[in-house]
Amino acid sequence: MRRSKLLITPVLLWLALFLLVPMVIVVVMSLMSRDTLGNVVFHFSLNGYKTFFDSLYLGIYWDTLVLSVVTTVVCLLVSYPLAYFIANASPRVQTWGLVLITIPFWINFLIRTYAWVLLLRTQGVVNTLLIHFGWIQEPLQMLYTKGAVLLGMVYNFIPFMVLPIYVALEQMDKRLLDAASDLGATRWKAFRHITLPQSKSGIMTGCVLVYVSTTGMFVVTDILGGAKSTMISNIIQQQYLGARNWPFGSALSVIFVITSLILILLFNRAMQSRADRAKEGRA
Amino acid sequence: MKRKSHPLLGIHSVLMMIFIYVPILLIIIYSFNNTRLSGDWEGFTFDWYASLMTDDHVLEALMNSLTVGIVSTIVATLLGTVGALSLRGLGRRWKGSMNGLMYLPVIIPDIIMGLSLLVLFNQMHVPLGKATVIIAHITFSMSYVYVVVTARLAGMGKQLEEAAADLGATPWQTFRHVTWPQIFPGVISGALIAFTMSLDDFMVSFFVAGPSSTTLPIYIYGQVKRGISPEINALCTLLIVVSVVLILLAQFFLNRGKGQKKHKMLPI
Repeated sequence: MRRSKLLITPVLLWLALFLLVPMVIVVVMSLMSRDTLGNVVFHFSLNGYKTFFDSLYLGIYWDTLVLSVVTTVVCLLVSYPLAYFIANASPRVQTWGLVLITIPFWINFLIRTYAWVLLLRTQGVVNTLLIHFGWIQEPLQMLYTKGAVLLGMVYNFIPFMVLPIYVALEQMDKRLLDAASDLGATRWKAFRHITLPQSKSGIMTGCVLVYVSTTGMFVVTDILGGAKSTMISNIIQQQYLGARNWPFGSALSVIFVITSLILILLFNRAMQSRADRAKEGRA
Repeated sequence: MKRKSHPLLGIHSVLMMIFIYVPILLIIIYSFNNTRLSGDWEGFTFDWYASLMTDDHVLEALMNSLTVGIVSTIVATLLGTVGALSLRGLGRRWKGSMNGLMYLPVIIPDIIMGLSLLVLFNQMHVPLGKATVIIAHITFSMSYVYVVVTARLAGMGKQLEEAAADLGATPWQTFRHVTWPQIFPGVISGALIAFTMSLDDFMVSFFVAGPSSTTLPIYIYGQVKRGISPEINALCTLLIVVSVVLILLAQFFLNRGKGQKKHKMLPI
């Protein structure tokens, strides 16, 4: 087995150098200060974090949190029934459903977001149709609104939610449902007490994926939100590529990762204790 | 017993599919629309594709994307495969943490990966260019190769290799004649996925690309921010077609070979 250890060295070195070290540098940089030219000076300071507590950035952070949570909830609501349908369909429909859900995952999200510009702009497809049918006289302003951003986010991340839930539902022991119905449970009761708890892991994975991806996605706000809507990821991107306040950008990144982790942990906990309670209730 | 789904579920699912595919199909339709401005259909044309072929910026971005894609795919496939093979031989304790490390690039948000690499290159005084983009792409796509090859290895079990060793094959012979032919389709599949990931990546590249290493997605981003154009529709259509074909090919290779457990095209 010594050879295995030797073989893995280049892989380990690569990941250490280009994955772990950069993240450590970001954490260190978040505790540095910068000079008037925007260069990072290796001098300890908490200014990066202090700037974050400016009401402007706190407000943006709150907006980001709300948007990410709403996106996650909407994704869950529309994706669960779809995943459920695919998981319980005939094998043929199942295969096709899966392929159709997976394909958008591999299409660039930039392109998928851009597609909504075609639909939502003033002379876009939606406005043209609405005017054509006489439902509206003047084109609606749909692009560059918060609604457009939410729509774009949900649209992009539906596959992230459907796939894990599908996997959980597909792996579940379906004989349990037969047993429930033999024992006289209604379909709703069976769903509530068997299917839903059994698909918990899928729901959790899906929510975490959607939440983290939404928070980190500055492109959708950029393209569909216009200048008015800004998310924390837009600020991070600006700090690195525009304003050149790297310590502040790094502090924001650290805060982003830590809050994501905390939320995931809390969410995990909540799901866990609900499941425990459900178990006790049944016992 | 067959459980019939509620008809509303079926309707919801069909509506969702329409919701998912109408925007994508619109781009494709508009790329053939013979008008620059209006949203109406004005007839069929290939003009936008023709004008792409003569646009120097597009061609440069295409060349950059291909160079980055090919180089990063080769290295990522090598590292990912070696990772999967060598992890198999490790003890359980090592295996767990190494496995976590290999999965990390898939889990870390792209924006964090992009900016942390930017910071690294900056601190090491490495000028941003194709090389930095290639390094970044290798880092995230080797994970995907690793995942696919590991799945393939898990599907084949160890019996054949043990049999070969019992019959006196050297470790190299066993690898060359038993292991490799079995995992080869998985390696090809992983390489195709790596190439697609590289071709499609925007977030990470955006941070680590220099002015001379604009890739196709970065070019598209710049154009999209300025508004819509039929050439961009055409370019997006091409990218959609290439990605879908590559992924279907990857899926085909992944499920090739007799007795293999069928794998689904699940990215996660």
